[in-house]
Formats: sequence, structure tokens, C-alpha cells
Amino acid sequence: MQKRLVLDQQQISIILKRFCHQLIENHDTFENTVLLGLQPRGPIVSDKIVHLLEEISGIKVPFGYLDATFHRDDFRRRDFPLKANETKIDFLIEGKKVILIDDVLYKGRSVRAALDAMIAFGRPQKVELMILVDRKYTRDYPIMPDYCGFKVNTLETQYVSVEWKENGFEQDAIWITEKA
Amino acid sequence: MSQLSTRHLLGIKDISTEDIQLIFETADNFKEVLNRPIKKVPSLRDITIANIFFENSTRTRLSFELAEKRLSADVINFSSSNSSVKKGETLIDTVNNILSMKVDMVVMRHSSVGAPHFLSKHIKANIVNAGDGTHEHPTQALLDAFSIREKLGDVAGKKVAIIGDILHSRVALSNIFCLQKLGAEVMVCGPITLLPKHIGSLGVKIEHDVEKALQWCDVANVLRIQLERQQIKYFPSLREYSLYFGINRKMLDRLDKEIVVMHPGPINRGVELNSDVADSEHSIILQQVENGVAIRMAVLYLLAGAK
Repeated sequence: MQKRLVLDQQQISIILKRFCHQLIENHDTFENTVLLGLQPRGPIVSDKIVHLLEEISGIKVPFGYLDATFHRDDFRRRDFPLKANETKIDFLIEGKKVILIDDVLYKGRSVRAALDAMIAFGRPQKVELMILVDRKYTRDYPIMPDYCGFKVNTLETQYVSVEWKENGFEQDAIWITEKA
Repeated sequence: MSQLSTRHLLGIKDISTEDIQLIFETADNFKEVLNRPIKKVPSLRDITIANIFFENSTRTRLSFELAEKRLSADVINFSSSNSSVKKGETLIDTVNNILSMKVDMVVMRHSSVGAPHFLSKHIKANIVNAGDGTHEHPTQALLDAFSIREKLGDVAGKKVAIIGDILHSRVALSNIFCLQKLGAEVMVCGPITLLPKHIGSLGVKIEHDVEKALQWCDVANVLRIQLERQQIKYFPSLREYSLYFGINRKMLDRLDKEIVVMHPGPINRGVELNSDVADSEHSIILQQVENGVAIRMAVLYLLAGAK
């Protein structure tokens, strides 16, 4: 299978640190800010951001995981329903500034579903979107990230696969691969 | 795998252990949804579900209706007591009339064994059996096993005693199938007249002494005496039944271990279960009711989601 490296471990590490400094710049003491990792692959990014933010600024930002499976618009349009993942939000987001975090932004449909799912926990004051890799020119919905790690041109026939050491890979890396 | 092996939920006997596990995992997610400030998801918003109850029901019908509404389905309710069934309409005609209003799923309770199976051969909609005579009540068994899993961590290896009127109980049969598929040991306990003659062929232990059953089990699932289904006398009096098979606090205190007490409801307090047990810390009866909504949401979601 053809595979092209988009970001290596060092580049990912730089992007994550940049994200943290941008967040500190925009959210100061994080008094009213919460982070939500979008299941299934966003939580690993949001965990890293939470950890790095604590290292850099000493602030432990409240965070949770949001699953939007039951809010997707492709239910009954697939051969079988998607399996849901855990939603873990131990706080109300009413009046909070929410940062949604995911690894790859593609059609924008997952983010739309996530916005819908998020409202079940209250009405946020503001919502921002943080994305590690933005697949350009592929959007079905008018959704753009506020924090973007890297923009990449891809074809419909390609995947962007994100590999993390935590998931058993040799090192953190982001690849473009051809669909089988 | 995130797909059930069946288009209908007619009974536990027809589904696989993997199906049950998938329903449980999906119910875990729905239980979290039910604890959100807004307890509703839009998954079934383009689905219409008919709740067709040819037999009385309070909690099962309410639980299904709530599950359907939490999933944003459109719901129509039908009960035979105020319908054309009274005028002699057949089951298929009644259901086909309802289906011609573009209904996608049918939740049905019927007094005749096999009614939902019969219907599944004649109509296109997904069918969920909400109890057919003395045969099966699959969602009750699923929520019972789910509640055991929640309380004790796992169902496999647990000893479950089903105590009471086994002969007339659809809950008992579905529970036996479900618990055995999940690896539990099952015992049935009751007066000899209220145990089916060949129940042992299902691989369950049989006991007539309720104290011995309680001593053996980790979980006691206590069933109601179904007087409405009893055409003849199976025991001399309710008082005598209560004396020999009713469970009270003193019996639990005499045990050398903690057991979990369940009941599918409605409870005949003072007959099969005393209030000092039903309302005690041993009882997970109200958790069963809460889990019932999550389990039914999972079943409806998984059945509706398959193309």
C-alpha cells in the first residue's frame, strides 16, 4: 500500500506545543474554558493538550470526551449502525468556552454531530475547533478549524491515518494512505 | 461487530451471545445519555414505531414509549381493549392497517405464544416482542442480566435463582436463556405445581426449598404469582404461598453472604416479597426499571440501524 508521511513525531510535538501557546494566548487563565476530545480519536489529542498545558502553564484545564454517534446524520444510511464510544463529561458546559478537539477534519459531518451532541450538556458561551490535520477542499458543511496543525490536499481515495505510540506504533506519525 | 444477527427481537433463544453483548455495550452508552441534562438523541427521528399491546401492561409499555421518545421516534400506541379487535378483526389485519400508516417498527405484546413470530413472517416492519403469553419477554431478560452485570461486574460464573411462579412466567424462560448464554448458573425454585414438568431439560437446577435456594445463589430474581393466568388452584392460599416461598428480611439476615434481590414487577408485597426486602439495600428493583429504558433504547437503535 502506498504511504506518504505528512507529519513526523517532532513536527507533531511542535504543533501540539504551538496549540498550547495559542490557547494560553486566547484563554489566559482558562477560568471559564473546557476541552472536549471528540470520540473516537480526539481524546488522545486532547489528553496530550491537557498534559502539555499543565506542564507549560501549571493550569489543569477541565476536560471531557464527547461521542456523537447517536447524533450522526448517516444513521440508517450505512449497512449497520456505528458503535458508540464513551461520553465522559463531568461538568455542565452552560456558559463555558468549549474547545472541541479532533485529529482529522474531513467532511465536517462529525463536527456538526458533535455540536449537536454537545448542546445536551448546556448552552456554551463560545465554541472553538482544534484540528491536527485539515483535509482541504473536502468539506460537506461550512466548518473551519480555529486551531489547525497542518493543511493537506487529499483525494477521496485516500485516508489520513494518525499513529500514536500509545496505540502500539513505533513513533507518532501522520500518513496519507490509499484506500484498499 | 456492531450489527445484530437478526431483524427482529422475538426471543432470547433466537439471538447470539454476541448480540446480547452488543446490546449491553450500546445500553451502556444510552445509560449515559439518560443521565445528561437533555436526555434525548435524534437517532430515530425519521422512524415511526407502533406499540401494539393486546394484553395489559404498565411499566413495559411506558418503558418502551419513553425509550422511543428518548430516541426521537414518532410513536403511536394501540391497546386491544378499545380497538377493532373487539369487533373481530384478525391480528394480521389489525397490524397491516397500522403498517399502512407507514410504520417502521412494531413493539407487540400478545397473550398468544408465538404471535410475534407469526407476525414477523407476514410483515416487513422490525418486530420487538414485548411479551408473548407464557413464552418469552426478551427485553425484560436483557435488562435483568444487564442489571446483574452492573451490580456484580459480570454475569458469567454467577449463580442466579429464579423464585416463584415459573410455570406461567415468560420472564423466567427468557431469563434462563439469557443467563445461560452469558455463562451464569441458573436455579428455579417454587412449589412443584408452579414448575414446568420438563424444566430440568433446559439445564437448570431445581429446588423447592426457598432458604436453600437463597443460600446457593448470588442473585435471587423473585417472580410474581400470576393469578390472572392460573385457571386452576396451584397452591392452597396466598397466605400459605407467602409462608413457604415468600422472602423476608430475616431469611436474608440468616445467610452467611450478601445476595442481590431482583423483581420484574409489579410486586405483590407480602406475598412473594416483603417490603423489608423490596426496599432494602439488597434490592436493585428500581435500577432494573431505570436500566429497562436504556436496554430498550439499545434494542430499538440496533434494529432500526440495520439496512
